Amino acid sequence: MSDSRHPLIEASGIRQAYRRRTVLDVERFGVAAGETHALLGPSGAGKSTLLRIVGLLERPREGSIRIDGTPVTHRDRAARLQMAAVFQKPYLFAGTVAENVAYGLRLRRVPQGERASRVASALGDVGLSEFASASALTLSGGEAQRVALARALVLRPRILLLDEPLSYLDPLIKRRLVGDFRRILAETDVTTLYVTHDQDEAMVVADRVSIMHEGRIVRTGDTDEVMSLPTTDWVADFVGMESPLRGRVVACHDDLAEVDCGGVSVFGLTPLAIGADVLVGVRPEDVTLFAGDGLPPSSARNALRCVVDGIEPRGATARVRVAADGLKLASLVSLAALTELGLAPGMPVVAMFKATAVRIGPAPE
Amino acid sequence: MEPIVEGFVEAGRLLASGASAVYEIIFLSLRVSALAVAIAMLVGIPLGYVLGVGRFKGRRVALILVNTGMGLPPVVAGLLVYMFLSRSGPLGDLRLLFTVPAMIIAQVLIATPLVTGVTAAAIGSVPLELRLQARSLGASWLQESWLTVKEARRGVMAAVVAGFGGIISEVGAVMIVGGNIEHSTRVMTTAIVLEARKGNFGTALALGLILIGIAFAINGMLTGLQQSGARYER
Repeated sequence: MSDSRHPLIEASGIRQAYRRRTVLDVERFGVAAGETHALLGPSGAGKSTLLRIVGLLERPREGSIRIDGTPVTHRDRAARLQMAAVFQKPYLFAGTVAENVAYGLRLRRVPQGERASRVASALGDVGLSEFASASALTLSGGEAQRVALARALVLRPRILLLDEPLSYLDPLIKRRLVGDFRRILAETDVTTLYVTHDQDEAMVVADRVSIMHEGRIVRTGDTDEVMSLPTTDWVADFVGMESPLRGRVVACHDDLAEVDCGGVSVFGLTPLAIGADVLVGVRPEDVTLFAGDGLPPSSARNALRCVVDGIEPRGATARVRVAADGLKLASLVSLAALTELGLAPGMPVVAMFKATAVRIGPAPE
Repeated sequence: MEPIVEGFVEAGRLLASGASAVYEIIFLSLRVSALAVAIAMLVGIPLGYVLGVGRFKGRRVALILVNTGMGLPPVVAGLLVYMFLSRSGPLGDLRLLFTVPAMIIAQVLIATPLVTGVTAAAIGSVPLELRLQARSLGASWLQESWLTVKEARRGVMAAVVAGFGGIISEVGAVMIVGGNIEHSTRVMTTAIVLEARKGNFGTALALGLILIGIAFAINGMLTGLQQSGARYER
């Protein structure tokens, strides 16, 4: 949770087990007021279970949930009424789109006049005003999921729970909708817990990210930091990077620091002082490769002579792993560039990246 | 083929004649089975809901008992009710043996496990996410339960159809606890047995065809209900 912001909802000591198998073991987790916090991890990591427990939809075996510092349980309907959720499938029912969006308002006995205006406003927010009187069962997958979002937002929840809301959609619709979700969440300024296994989705929508693995939170922090600065091999592998780079700040000029990573110097921006032990991260998207071992003219502050260690095709791109004196990096290159450079394992290359692309953080104890 | 054709002719003749005895038997059959299935629904649907969604100790044993009850032979159900209602039985003072209420009790005993078991299966097949969705939008426990039953309505209607089908056509239980008393506890199935024993196969077959016709009409109506209504999952 953000240190500077008010923790709206907190979970502590949460344990959950199904058929004596522990599926969740989270010491502390919190979402600050107004932030969009993504729970990211592979299938079976416990993300949805944590969301359901935090959302008071499921009782944990151990642990407690607090909203504004006040303990709440799954039996506390008043606390539950402060939240609303959207799941993988929209579960719309027969009737018009407007009737679907009004479902939660009817449960709350909101007067009809107010109900109509709030439904109209929510449909406007998700860009479906003209569908108000259409049958909900005739909508496309993307439209239906927007209706599900409107059905949750119309309740003006303090906390919005989104459990893999886009994973059921085809890639094209998903790409369009993820941007819309980001815009809508930003405009409504609602505190959001967003479960996803898709890193790109998390990077687009979330202010902060917690990565989960085998029921535990293994990394949490600002999205950019978490996705660029892995602390363990598993997290590095999960976010598509090489093993964490450890080093020590050996020189500083203003905020530009020189970090010695096992004999290789990496330049990046950090306020940390000389002598500090640090972790260094560079996203594969920020690393450019040049064939040969001559340094090409470039404004990039970092230029490392490396050897290609391996190549992993990934659809339209390839992930090229390179190594320089024990320091390992990855670079994402297009298939066209791969062919043009004639990259192959064992081939010498120069890896270049800007100092601004380097993430530097204090090394964990 | 001839006896069957004769049966149809006799059935038509019986109905057309307006014989009050026949209509009395038909209406009593419907009254007993309708009341029994209504009571079975009142007990079986909530019980089936709890067994369908609940996760508690003893649920598995309860399901095994219910599933065993689904195969309870009507004659055994009748025997159990007979033993309870007979003069020497624990409920003998109620003097219900050989009355319509005794027949209803026996049929409730047959229909309730059927309604409960099929309802539990139907409710259990409703995705957890649908209930979570309702809960997350502010539904109370009762509202969530109602939504779940509505979602499973086809299966719940199938439970009612199964319950009704199981008792409208049974003979063992009503024979034992009702006694097949003319103008009192005689229903279609017991009348068929009586007519067949007397050698009146035409009349027996005619009553059988009427029974099938009634079952067809009622199940047709229930099936119509089952297929209509709101669809919740898209």
